[in-house]
Amino acid sequence: MKKTFFHFVLSTLLLMAANSLLACNNDSLKTTNASATPKPDADNAGLKLPAGFGALVVAGNVGEARHIAVTKEGDIYVKLASLKGGKGIYWLHPKSDGKVDEKNGFGSYTGTGMYVKDGYLYASSDEEVFRYKLDGGDKVIDPAKPEKIVTGLVVRHEHEAKAITLDNSGNVYVNVGAYSNSCQEKDRQKGSPGIKPCPILDSAGGIWQFKVDKLNQTYGTGVHYATGLRNVVGLDWNSDINSLFVMQHGRDQLHDLFPTMFDDKQSAELPAECMYQIHLGSNCGWPYIYYDELQHKKILAPEYGGDGKKTAGEDAQDPVVAFPGHLAPNGLLFYTGSMFPEKYQHGAFIAFHGSWNRAPEPQKGFFVAFVPFKDGKPSGDWEIFADGFSGLTQVDSPGDAKHRPCGLAQGPDGSLYVSDDQGGTIYRIMYSK
Amino acid sequence: MKKIIFSVVAISCFSLCIFAKQGDTPASIARGEKLYQTYCLTCHQKSGNGVPHMNPPLVKTSYVTGDKKKLITWVLKGSTENIPIDDKTYSNNMPAQNYLKDDQIADILTYVRNSFGNTASAIVPADVKAIRAVVVK
Ligand code: HEC
Repeated sequence: MKKTFFHFVLSTLLLMAANSLLACNNDSLKTTNASATPKPDADNAGLKLPAGFGALVVAGNVGEARHIAVTKEGDIYVKLASLKGGKGIYWLHPKSDGKVDEKNGFGSYTGTGMYVKDGYLYASSDEEVFRYKLDGGDKVIDPAKPEKIVTGLVVRHEHEAKAITLDNSGNVYVNVGAYSNSCQEKDRQKGSPGIKPCPILDSAGGIWQFKVDKLNQTYGTGVHYATGLRNVVGLDWNSDINSLFVMQHGRDQLHDLFPTMFDDKQSAELPAECMYQIHLGSNCGWPYIYYDELQHKKILAPEYGGDGKKTAGEDAQDPVVAFPGHLAPNGLLFYTGSMFPEKYQHGAFIAFHGSWNRAPEPQKGFFVAFVPFKDGKPSGDWEIFADGFSGLTQVDSPGDAKHRPCGLAQGPDGSLYVSDDQGGTIYRIMYSK
Repeated sequence: MKKIIFSVVAISCFSLCIFAKQGDTPASIARGEKLYQTYCLTCHQKSGNGVPHMNPPLVKTSYVTGDKKKLITWVLKGSTENIPIDDKTYSNNMPAQNYLKDDQIADILTYVRNSFGNTASAIVPADVKAIRAVVVK
């Protein structure tokens, strides 16, 4: 009896020692590479992803989450389209399992832009851009007193979101969407001609560049960086080639306004949602032309005498990627991490909010797409990366979708975060093989 | 005799009018549905639910099921102003629909007021005509 007891104690002790040795090993592994990367949800947060990828719900019901920013600590800043609990920005802190257990709201204005860089949080309302100083742990020091760096941007009842991104030289780029579909005398009115030259382009329909550290900049003190862009919500700086890239929302309603030139099907597919590479002085052609991704041509807008075939816009840039019509690209991110396989490195992720004007065809989008890039140029076709946000097999109307992807951000470990302004979910997509 | 004839005529006329009115509503709704598909569906969607933050729903809003005058005025004039609809604001313009004829607008609105879960009285061309005379110069 004693002997067996002794054996039992001995083997238990041995086992314990072995276990703790293993545990030590695990711990040291964790601190070197995996400490920040939790396990995906069993159902991958309801998403369909390429093999080897997993996803988790970081937080649900955060509100109408537009753009997001992730700090080096793995905390998340979210900009809301409607106030939640009276607040327009939330700071979210996830636990080690990746799920948010602490949050804090501030800022009593709604908007879209959210960006973290070099010790500051940048946020936009539909008229202004603010920045908040961050402490060493990337927490906002004084939530009640941001610096107002840009003011007086045009907001006129259409394409109101002011999306922002930063370069590496102290500039912030702000989209000012055109308050019009195609610069007609009467917006979206059948038979109303396009105005030439389009007066909207003086203060909207383009990208403006401002300094990150100057207060109260206006159109007068900023740089009119690019024009001829109807509405941009997704934009990002590509640090590989030091250049701005934007995703334009193409014009709507070709069939409604010109039923004899475009049938329902053409109107659903046309025009392309375009990615443009932008440099100082870029002109992308709106409202005079649109890009037809089936003919691969710049086509004269029917409001300006076009018929769906006449080409025009010799002075306008060609897109670097053309996607099908109306998918609504609301987020753009160049992947600079190393967690994802080589194919994805340096490539572009695009969050498509999903269409509303493809009826009677089903709506389309509601996914995150990927375009491989090499040396700042697309090196392959675009593909769907993450799908299933809508929770439906067919979306007849965007209001039916459970979730609509809107913003993108990269975590310190290389995870990709996606925000959803319909269901209020923050997703985290990880690669684990 | 004259009196009797008069009452017969009066009664039959009266009942005919009522009958015509009741009989007209389903036909007006059917015509309205087709017109809605052509002129309103893109923005307000097949379900009438609209597009979040962009185009408002036509489901039990105070405009749709409320005062006819306000509703007809809205549709004739459209809107480029940021007018809250039942406390929510929308970021898009609605083109004026005054290119549609009185009977077309009556049919569309009768359809809208009796679809998507709405129930409200029919709108007849004379309603539209009266308001057009005031709002559209
Ligand atoms: C180009 C898109 C568009 C089209 C086409 C359109 N609407 Fe609208 N409609 C809107 C927008 C946007 C608003 C809200 C405008 C605002 O907030 O000022 C609106 C508001 C309304 C309202 C009042 C608010 C409410 O929701 O109750 C009614 C009623 C209405 N529309 C009916 C119609 C009808 C009927 C048609 C077709 C004959 C039509 N609309 C066509 C975009 C459109």
